[in-house]
Amino acid sequence: MAALTVRSLVGKLLFYLLVAAIVVFAVFPFYYAIVTSLKSSTELFSVDYFPVKWDFGNYVGVFRDNPFATNLWNSVIVAVITVVISLFLGITAAYALARIKFRGRSLLLLTILGVSMFPQIAVLSGMYQMIRALGLYNHLAALVLSYMIFTLPFTVWVLTTFMRELPKELEEAAILDGASPWVIVTRVFMPLMWPALVTTGLLAFIAAWNEFLFALTFTLTNDKRTVPVGIATMSGASAHELPWGNIMAASVIVTLPLVLLVLIFQRRIVSGLTAGAVKG
Amino acid sequence: MSGEVRDRLSRSRTRTAWLFLAPMLVVLALVAAWPLLRTIWLGLTDANLLRMDQAKWVGFENFAGKHGLLHDKVWWHAVKNTLWFTVCTVSIETVLGMVIALVLTRTFPGRALVRAAVLIPWAVPTVVSAKMWSWMLNDQFGIINHILLGLGIIDSPKAWTADPDLLMSSVVLVDVWKTTPFMALLILAALQMLPKECYEAAQLDGVHPVKVFFKVTLPLIRPALLVAVIFRALDAIRIFDLIYVLTGTRESTMTMSIYARQSLIEFQQVGYGSAASTLLFFIVALLTVIYVLVGRVKLGGD
Repeated sequence: MAALTVRSLVGKLLFYLLVAAIVVFAVFPFYYAIVTSLKSSTELFSVDYFPVKWDFGNYVGVFRDNPFATNLWNSVIVAVITVVISLFLGITAAYALARIKFRGRSLLLLTILGVSMFPQIAVLSGMYQMIRALGLYNHLAALVLSYMIFTLPFTVWVLTTFMRELPKELEEAAILDGASPWVIVTRVFMPLMWPALVTTGLLAFIAAWNEFLFALTFTLTNDKRTVPVGIATMSGASAHELPWGNIMAASVIVTLPLVLLVLIFQRRIVSGLTAGAVKG
Repeated sequence: MSGEVRDRLSRSRTRTAWLFLAPMLVVLALVAAWPLLRTIWLGLTDANLLRMDQAKWVGFENFAGKHGLLHDKVWWHAVKNTLWFTVCTVSIETVLGMVIALVLTRTFPGRALVRAAVLIPWAVPTVVSAKMWSWMLNDQFGIINHILLGLGIIDSPKAWTADPDLLMSSVVLVDVWKTTPFMALLILAALQMLPKECYEAAQLDGVHPVKVFFKVTLPLIRPALLVAVIFRALDAIRIFDLIYVLTGTRESTMTMSIYARQSLIEFQQVGYGSAASTLLFFIVALLTVIYVLVGRVKLGGD
């Protein structure tokens, strides 16, 4: 009996060690970025596990030495407009795909799923040429337009999955009352779909906020860059001397809101991700 | 309702469906179909970034010609790197994701906190994770060298983001850190859908937990696991931003996406770069078909 308790105790201990290892591995890099961002430029090059003192110089520096405020503003504009357009196009399309039976529906859904797998690089040169032709090169509109390729299929897919589950009776009652499809979507379904809209909107926002390849290729000047490109191209006085303090401060600034959003909407995001991938 | 009325109603419903689909379809045609076809076409020309309109048709010259992709050592190197990267990251992520998912299915104090912590790497933008890690992996001031030296694992600082022999391991490490949460979440979702009775029965019979895992759990979640693996593999094959920011366009971590973009934009050879993009597209398309077949995705809903 005593041997058994010892064994279960050791088991418990090992289990908690594993848990601790997982948490440290997951959290440490971001924690270390925060610690680094709070250092002065002289302390930067010694390794410390805990904040030495609270120096916000880097947070001032990142705005002073870089067009970081502009980059942030560009990212917010692009991400918000991308989300709004994707949700609007997504919900109307989802209504048709989830509630109406018509020929070619399965093929259409399959195509949309296929588009979500497109490697961005596969459309890069065609998209570049189109954006040039439309006169959108080095405009934020080019990013909103090109981001549709990954936000739209995903939004349509998740909203369709969600709308399919809603009871038939809702719609039938509205049809008998003579409601038009537009009224049914906006008045009957929309109020019920807030959870799904929040989830898909959030995921689309995160995708647009993080996008790098298109933003790097379709914008040229600093005042049109979004945050990821801004951070990736941040450079110091010389090419070999990266301003690590500023970079870490910028990293913390753009990541903190995302981490908070993800933690607050944990459940929603998890269900949205699994709906997009596994359950289909 | 008479048959005629129902017919009219169903016709008007179909019209409504297409009307509601139209805006989304127009946008998708504009941002997906047209650019894709255009890229494939450009891959068959000698287009140059500075004079795109003067592109001349060259057939499969960019692919199989004397200076075509198939004769370029660097391209083959990029293919090899991409496949190696995909195999390494996806297998490590699957194993680690499974461990984390199994931990999260147990009830223990602080479980919600652990789950939240695990989500953090997923929430960190890719470019930011690349920068964070490149600071931690810095050869002179990085904490990774500091820790490894302190533990006596290495006897001199390593250049994790400069030494060609170490670059790939660094890239794999960062990708594993960034995407394991996603894998863990997908596996967790699959685990939570399993019927509890199987476990209880096995527990009562006194079967060893490890045996339960391999004989009961793993076979049951295999379909979901397979879909998750293919989903991740598709993502890994397209990898661009993480490597581009962490190690640039160095040959030892050059992937197919990085190679294509370098040809397109930096070398301005739009025709050649588009050909490289097209090949990547067809590889991904093939895997997508497998994904849809394996996933037996529910399409009609009826």
